[in-house]
Amino acid sequence: MPQIFHRSANTLSRATIFGALFVLAFLIWVGYMIQGSPYITYAGVRKPQPVPFSHQHHVAGLGIDCRYCHTSVENSSFAGIPPTRTCMNCHSQIWTNGALLEPVRASYRSGESLQWTRVNQLPDFVYFNHSIHVNKGVGCNTCHGPVDQMPLMYQQESLQMEWCLGCHREPQNNLRPREQVFNMRYQPPTEANPVTVDGRKFTEQAPLGSYLIKKYQVRSVGDITSCNTCHR
Amino acid sequence: MDETRKMTIDAEHAPVIEPGHTFATVTDKISSIVLTRPTSNGWFAGFGIAFLATMMMLYAIGYLFLRGIGIWGVTIPIGWGFAIVNFVWWIGIGHAGTLISAILLLLRQSWRNSINRFAEAMTLFAVACAGIFPAIHVGRPWLAYWLFPYPNTMRVWPQFRSPLMWDVFAVSTYATISAIFWFIGLIPDLATLRDRAIHPAARIIYGILAMGWRGSARHWHRYETAYLLLAGLATPLVLSVHTVVSFDFAIGIVPGWHTTIFPPYFVAGAIYSGFAMVLMLAIPIRKIYGLEDFITERHLQNSAKVMLATGLIVAYGYGIEAFMGWYSGDRYDAFTIWNRLHGPYAIPYYALLLCNIGIPQLLWIRKFRTSPVALFFVSFVVLIGMWLERFIIVVVSLHRDFLTSSWGMYYPTRWDWMTYLGTIGMFLMLMFLFLRILPAISIFEMRTLLPEAEVKE
Repeated sequence: MPQIFHRSANTLSRATIFGALFVLAFLIWVGYMIQGSPYITYAGVRKPQPVPFSHQHHVAGLGIDCRYCHTSVENSSFAGIPPTRTCMNCHSQIWTNGALLEPVRASYRSGESLQWTRVNQLPDFVYFNHSIHVNKGVGCNTCHGPVDQMPLMYQQESLQMEWCLGCHREPQNNLRPREQVFNMRYQPPTEANPVTVDGRKFTEQAPLGSYLIKKYQVRSVGDITSCNTCHR
Repeated sequence: MDETRKMTIDAEHAPVIEPGHTFATVTDKISSIVLTRPTSNGWFAGFGIAFLATMMMLYAIGYLFLRGIGIWGVTIPIGWGFAIVNFVWWIGIGHAGTLISAILLLLRQSWRNSINRFAEAMTLFAVACAGIFPAIHVGRPWLAYWLFPYPNTMRVWPQFRSPLMWDVFAVSTYATISAIFWFIGLIPDLATLRDRAIHPAARIIYGILAMGWRGSARHWHRYETAYLLLAGLATPLVLSVHTVVSFDFAIGIVPGWHTTIFPPYFVAGAIYSGFAMVLMLAIPIRKIYGLEDFITERHLQNSAKVMLATGLIVAYGYGIEAFMGWYSGDRYDAFTIWNRLHGPYAIPYYALLLCNIGIPQLLWIRKFRTSPVALFFVSFVVLIGMWLERFIIVVVSLHRDFLTSSWGMYYPTRWDWMTYLGTIGMFLMLMFLFLRILPAISIFEMRTLLPEAEVKE
């Protein structure tokens, strides 16, 4: 009886057995990488906006505070998107003929809101509150990144659950004195550049963070990592 | 093989293989079912019906994915309905296959050789049916893979302290080991089929599956070692899998679930229903394919005895449950027993007692143990009884919990029934395919039972 298979079938079958493991591991790795990539998360993606508003120009260039526009950030879950009138406070006086600003003026004349494209978008099953974070000493740029250097707004972080939990599991790594929350240039304490709270001088982040947790009565890690803190 | 030989000619017992067979006749008889016998109209009819039932199941599941589990009868407080009842039922049925193939192998019970192959196939197909239910009973089945600990962007692990999580590991380990064990056991027979097949496509397919088996002494040596090791791995699974399944209930605080007798009583029940299914498959198969020489009265008797023994353990479990209802002095436990006997589900409970304890006592009588028709009937009754047992445990315990304000009733909908009957269809469909394309009885293990296999000094 002739052989059914050629000699090479031996090598082929051995290669297939081991190859299958590598291919499987590779596919899992690829899936994981895609899941964390901007293709899924939109981190770093500049979305088109009706007006090319520059945070860099308004924050770093002109020194306008975050709260001038995002008025409700300290006492509401939502930071707030300014009404067109806020823009017109200045732009009724300056750049009154700028072509780029025509949509703003049109909105002011008609009373129809500008339709901004949302950049930092959390899923609907996540309950997020700006005010609690701001009041416990989480700086704006801790999550939103260097907004004062963004000519066009983009999302800095992945906003995936592992990123949220990274801070909720170790909050002391990211807390700063409350009065520094809106300071885009704030630096964590070092030997050369200490941070003073209540007359106490801190040269490292860890003791400062632990002190602020007590001072601001941040709830325990067990509490803030419980499922229903965010999924209510 | 000395002992085996003695057993085959032992006048006290019916033989495990009828006299007059040689290596060639055994091989011919079993491989001809696959290779030369024309596929009968009966096979097509049976397969067709089973296939249609499978399609009905897929339709029911498709509609479930579309509409959600609201189409089922589950509600508060009965959040676990048919899905869990069927899951436990199917997983239990699988256990007999592993018991036969692993434990009886280690105990050198040579009579297992003629039923282990299809009993293992039964295990695999039953686990496949069982696996469907936990996956579809979660509200969002497309996220069922969350049950597995895999690298994810949420940086959370599944809850390892939950018995539902243990279930995932128990069942997936069980499925994997059963599949490997079954396949390794098939390799020498696949090589036989490869060598005897006439059609070139069949030769290539069986050839690939046989993985280059030539039957050399080295091959046999490695095969025996691997098979024994796998049997050793599978043996604890017979006990552990259904133990873990019972933890799904026993870890909870619901009266009727929260008892320490559950693990042994579940394992016994699993083997009980599993042997019932083995008999329900073996009796028609040996009749239709003329395999009475290989699956003899001895096999039927032994299976019946296992059923009788495990059935009595199950009966003891019911007795202890009732006793603890009184002895614990706990009013909720006592009420659970009262509610089973007098509540709205009393009829299923009495049916359960009749099916699982009453009718199987017929097996004490030799005439019933040796009559295929009677055994088929008793097995059928036991399978119904074991299904009712899971129904009583799941539904009746849940429908009357601690607060009267949350009491309710459970009414399965047509979608529940379509899914359940559909899995039976799928099971039978896979069984029909198995009988047609693989040797239903292990050829080479049967040959070791023959006088020819005795080594001459």
